[in-house]
Amino acid sequence: MIRIEKLWKSFGRLDVLRDLDLQIETGSVTALVGHNGSGKTTLIKCILGLDRLSRGAVHFQGKQLNGEVDHRQMIGYMPQLARFPENLTAGEILDMISDLRGNPRDARTELIEYFGLQTELEKSVRVLSGGNRQKVSMVIAFMFDPEFLILDEPTAGLDPLASSLLKDRIQTDRDAGKTFLITSHMMSELEELADHIVYLHDGRIVYQGTILDLIADNQEPNLERAIARLMRAF
Amino acid sequence: MNHALWKIIKYQLHDMIRSRWLILYTLLLFAVTDGLFRFGADAERVSLSLMNIILFIIPLIGLVFGTLFYYNSREFIELLLAQPIRRWVLYLGLYLGLNTSLIFALLVGMGIPPLYHVGGYSSTFMILLLVGVLLSVTSTALAFLIAVRSDQRVKGIGFAIVLWLALAIIYDGAMLIMIILLKDYPLDRLVLIMSMLNPIDLGRILLLIQFDISALMGYTGAIFQRFFGGTLGLVVSISSLMLWFLLPYWLGHRAFRQKDF
Repeated sequence: MIRIEKLWKSFGRLDVLRDLDLQIETGSVTALVGHNGSGKTTLIKCILGLDRLSRGAVHFQGKQLNGEVDHRQMIGYMPQLARFPENLTAGEILDMISDLRGNPRDARTELIEYFGLQTELEKSVRVLSGGNRQKVSMVIAFMFDPEFLILDEPTAGLDPLASSLLKDRIQTDRDAGKTFLITSHMMSELEELADHIVYLHDGRIVYQGTILDLIADNQEPNLERAIARLMRAF
Repeated sequence: MNHALWKIIKYQLHDMIRSRWLILYTLLLFAVTDGLFRFGADAERVSLSLMNIILFIIPLIGLVFGTLFYYNSREFIELLLAQPIRRWVLYLGLYLGLNTSLIFALLVGMGIPPLYHVGGYSSTFMILLLVGVLLSVTSTALAFLIAVRSDQRVKGIGFAIVLWLALAIIYDGAMLIMIILLKDYPLDRLVLIMSMLNPIDLGRILLLIQFDISALMGYTGAIFQRFFGGTLGLVVSISSLMLWFLLPYWLGHRAFRQKDF
């Protein structure tokens, strides 16, 4: 579904992504892992078109992305940090995004109930807790029934209930054939959710394959140990 | 017209209209204008007093409010750009939304007191409001350009304040020193060109021509009055001011379209 070919991204003289080749299959959950500053968020931004490619290409459903915006209709994005206009209410933020996308398949009501946001909708964003802002961000990512979801550190700042609701939702949607790209520093969470893993180190992919293969190849009991071994090796 | 553009402006207005800063700014403009009418004399003298507010405060508010607004919206801009929205639409929407709110504050704050104090607007007062609007769109265009070009918040806001100091205060001082140092040479054309290079000076000239006291209010005003008289001076200074917001807007918009977020 997404194919990345020889992707380079540089900021001035600094090469943040170097010669990446990657394929994300439809219906898979791919975990994007790496230490801070390894290029995970930059890769996500290149797929979304927020960052321009220095070299290489990103193909979305067989079509090379070239500055158009239409493919974003099929993408749900949850950023690492959720910040919204402070004087709008949570409900108005959802109205705004819905209005701007003009997408008829709006599953907002169901998601608001699912994540327990009903009582927060009339409150202005300024008084919402960090966790509730994250929930608003989750509703935005899921509410248009996108085929591809990019979640950047989705459970950071969520309470255990919200976090487990999100994980359940990811699993349900994956079973329904949706594709996910998730970054997280919590390996136990990724082990639970993802089937594929991409490990980035200094802008290069040093491992890509299934999680089971990674654990088996490194002869470790779980993903956390296997990743720790990879980190030590580089 | 682009529907997404209107939607961005609409929601931004919803946000701004509840902003405490915008309400405070409107009330401040209202209190000053009302106070001047209440304790001052005729409308012309009130306009003259308000001229300094227009020339100094509006560019300062536009530059500082504009950069702050952009930096505070950065994460939300990223989220919006992850939706199927074109960059030029978002940039124009944010710019128009911010300006509509600031111009609304100006028109309400300064525009209402004359209605009940003197029953309407003199042509001078209307030019005063027009210069206020033009300085507002110019300073916010400059603010957006600065904020888009500089990812560092402190650096961007610092630069906006320095730019205001340079345009509002230092520029005139430097021009005066130049005139004194080069007093033996014919400087008329040079001073004219230099005035065009500063939107606040342009605004001042536009107002001085209206007040017809240009000779008392500085060398540049006198020269403009002499060279262009009434109508031509008005047309030249308004066109130059238009250029002053179109150029930074275009540069900022170009930088925004090419930007990595």
